[in-house]
Amino acid sequence: MDYDEVLERFEPVLGLEVHVELSTATKMFCGCANSFGAPPNTHVCPTCLGLPGSLPVLNRAAVESAMRIGLALNCSIAPWCRFSRKNYFYPDMPKNFQISQYDEPIALHGSWAVPLADGSTFTVGIERAHMEEDTGKSLHVGGGTGRIHGANYSLLDYNRAGVPLIEIVTTPIVGAGARAPELARAYVTGLRDLLRALGVSDVRMDQGSLRCDANVSLMPRGSSTFGTRTETKNVNSLRSVERAVRYEMSRQAAVLASGGDVVQETRHFDEATDTTSPGRRKETSEDYRYFPEPDLVPIAPSEEWVARLRATLPELPGQRRARVQAEWGLSDLELRDLVNAGALDLIAATVEVGAPAEQARSWWVSYLSQQANSRDVELAELPITPHQVARVIALVGAGELTNTLARQVVDGILAGEGEPDEIVAARHLAVVSDDAELAAAVEQALAAQPDVAEKIRGGKVAAVGAIVGAVMRATGGQADAHRVRELVLARCTP
Amino acid sequence: MSELTRLSAADLAGRIHAREVTSVQVTQACLDRIAAVDPAVRAFVHLDAQAALAVAAQVDDKLRRGDPPASPLAGVPVALKDVFTTLDMPTTCGSRTLRGWRPPYDATVTRRLRDAGVVIVGKTNMDEFAMGSSTENSAYGPTHNPWDLDRVPGGSGGGSAAAVAAFEVPLAVGTDTGGSIRQPSAMTGTVGVKPTYGGVSRYGLVAFSSSLDQGGPVARTVLDAALLHEVIGGYDALDSTSIDAPVPPVVHAARAGATADLAGLRVGVVREFRGDGYQPGVLRAFDVAVSRLSELGAQVVEVSCPSFDYALPAYYLIAPSECSSNLARFDGMRYGLRLGDDGTRSAEEVMSLTREAGFGPEVKRRIMLGTYALSAGYYDAYYGQAQKVRTLIIRDFAAAFERVDVLVSPTTPTTAFALGERVDDPLAMYLSDLCTIPADLAGNAALSVPAGLSDEDGLPVGLQVMAPAMADDRAYRVAAAYEVARDAADGGPLTHRVPGIEVVGEALC
Repeated sequence: MDYDEVLERFEPVLGLEVHVELSTATKMFCGCANSFGAPPNTHVCPTCLGLPGSLPVLNRAAVESAMRIGLALNCSIAPWCRFSRKNYFYPDMPKNFQISQYDEPIALHGSWAVPLADGSTFTVGIERAHMEEDTGKSLHVGGGTGRIHGANYSLLDYNRAGVPLIEIVTTPIVGAGARAPELARAYVTGLRDLLRALGVSDVRMDQGSLRCDANVSLMPRGSSTFGTRTETKNVNSLRSVERAVRYEMSRQAAVLASGGDVVQETRHFDEATDTTSPGRRKETSEDYRYFPEPDLVPIAPSEEWVARLRATLPELPGQRRARVQAEWGLSDLELRDLVNAGALDLIAATVEVGAPAEQARSWWVSYLSQQANSRDVELAELPITPHQVARVIALVGAGELTNTLARQVVDGILAGEGEPDEIVAARHLAVVSDDAELAAAVEQALAAQPDVAEKIRGGKVAAVGAIVGAVMRATGGQADAHRVRELVLARCTP
Repeated sequence: MSELTRLSAADLAGRIHAREVTSVQVTQACLDRIAAVDPAVRAFVHLDAQAALAVAAQVDDKLRRGDPPASPLAGVPVALKDVFTTLDMPTTCGSRTLRGWRPPYDATVTRRLRDAGVVIVGKTNMDEFAMGSSTENSAYGPTHNPWDLDRVPGGSGGGSAAAVAAFEVPLAVGTDTGGSIRQPSAMTGTVGVKPTYGGVSRYGLVAFSSSLDQGGPVARTVLDAALLHEVIGGYDALDSTSIDAPVPPVVHAARAGATADLAGLRVGVVREFRGDGYQPGVLRAFDVAVSRLSELGAQVVEVSCPSFDYALPAYYLIAPSECSSNLARFDGMRYGLRLGDDGTRSAEEVMSLTREAGFGPEVKRRIMLGTYALSAGYYDAYYGQAQKVRTLIIRDFAAAFERVDVLVSPTTPTTAFALGERVDDPLAMYLSDLCTIPADLAGNAALSVPAGLSDEDGLPVGLQVMAPAMADDRAYRVAAAYEVARDAADGGPLTHRVPGIEVVGEALC
């Protein structure tokens, strides 16, 4: 069934669950370092290994991050909440239960205006944001699929066990229609930007610090009863979020159109084929036997604590957009283009560290956007910071770099050669304004083009450009063009 | 038997610190006594004579150099229930699944004992994962009651209680979840204290039921228990349920109680704790004990705590529920027993085989009970209701403590029963914790102090004294005063009437 037909007949209902790994210094319930990429089983202790007798102690910084996320998503912060145990057996879970929050989450009943590509927003309800601990990681060896079934053996790395996670769950999202896949992507993108602005997570989907499970169901047009949903996991990039939702909509529509029933199940997204496939079918619905975690005491954030955290919220992406649009005098269309290019926050950050808005905009939407395109990465993923861009702009403003040289400096930054000033020095890119050196170059250029020299002497000032261009070429773009012009005029006028 | 092993911990500490005797001599005396009687008593599952003597020698060296003792108990031997983790000794919890497991860390209680210069001579036997009331559920075999080797020492901490009663050590540490310190103490004629929940750190105490488990002292005198209580008690940042307040002044209370009467003290006798199922000799001994309290000047009144009738069923929902989750980690994946890992079986199958063979029947029974009670659709009816009962019990205590300063009852409905007598009747077994469970559910302080012998079988009876949370010192004061009056009436300490132990069989380690 083609996509248009799907939409003619069905209304999609989305539910998005995003897991965010917090970038706290230590884990949720112990003092082990919370860091990605260490050798296996080096950041572990009795508590995160769940050794007999060990006990959890709650990380205050993680609770504060959870509350700040909740506040940024316009949630209420529960005046009293606690942890529960979610019981199930799996080798990467050291205790065979996960400390999580169940019916008493720390943040609930929020809503958030998701920015869409056309500059409009779509308001999504946030059911809850709750705290939990991450599991360890299994590496299934052999069998070819990387999944536990068919593997010859499995290796376990508990470095991730006990890393603080926040799970953010939307209420069912109805009414997005054809834009449901786009909305799903925009939601995760926007959430990523929001979390980055809060400084609570690395939000790296490729490293698993931001993970999304997409629940999709269809209901026939005109109905108000939700259909059976599927939950798609392994959605590891923004692009995959959109494609997984779109695929599930089409697949479920085909099932329903042929008179079948959608099976409630967990599905697995395959990035290679852009399709989903059923996960292991559970014979019975999982019963996690939740009960309040007796090893931890309830959390009762005081109003003062919540107010203090609210005061620490930085300018959030939505607020920033409204502000810069007004300050920079952007039209809706211009703003939309900047947002779509993923440039707005980067420009704003560049302006914040001292660059003029116009130049900052110009750098990010032209040269740097081209670089991002040619590398097939998001603008924000370029290895250059707003600070560095602002420094380059400042060097140009001070006359120490020409635009051509500035691009070379930026290339150097992108190539990992260091900070702007180091690259200027290392690549010898500083503008040449040594008069003796320039005068010699001017002499040479005039000698090479005697006819042009004659025109200038005859008062045709416009011809100066040809000589300046020749000097610039001869100096590899390093000459100060202003000074060259002055020297040419001085040499050719009596 | 060396005279040293007959002495109280306070007395031994005094002599060691005054350098009248060395810690090494005291420790060696205990080790000799263990070697002599433990083949019959079977209180220890692990002994480390060399390590104990080395620690004792260090204490002696420091004292010789003129250093002050690290604590009032420095140099005194102690036995540790095998449920606390120890870096230098295995920690098995009486279970096959942890046979030989050597933890990579010390429990807070263990660390505090070491820091106090207390000499840990070994680990004591227990019902598997502290589930039981007779120590017969240990994978390493039962412990025998020094008063009658054919009888159980109570449980789960039968090893700790028997070791103290048999003069193998002057002190031991136990844990109490439903009575596992107090019930064995009652059955062995020792003093056993369950401190206020949160009073002694649970870090490194292998959990049975996290909201109930509490470490505490076992001793032959009230003062000795208090001295050990102060060494192991106090706030620990590693246990979130630990109380951030000073340890109640239990040593002071024990000393003051021993030299004073109980004038003005209001004592409530719990009405619900007598009647059917109570051994007449236990009730007679209890009544004598209560009359001694009156003679000491206490005002004795009867107090009703109607919710206590529901404590046992509530306990047998809450404790198994928590244990079903706490014991999920014993799956053969990371430590302990692993069975079936032959390259053909899945992790799930290995877990299943390991758990099948690693746990004994009582542990499995409770895991199944708890799994059921927490299941979707049953949670409210079982776990939820049990938590409500818990609240009612807390209210009963609160109401009672408006009227009286302490509550008293027999610690157990009967004296020590015969080995094997109740193993096939879990309900009868569970009933032996009838009187101790309410204090666990409410989290307040309670202790058992020996109250003479039952006249029909000549076995020890315990007097339970219950005090409000963080009023542990109040229970100690009452017990200490009672202890003096009892010994005066009896012509000497009860433990000195433990019969000679005829040694047959082999020790557990």
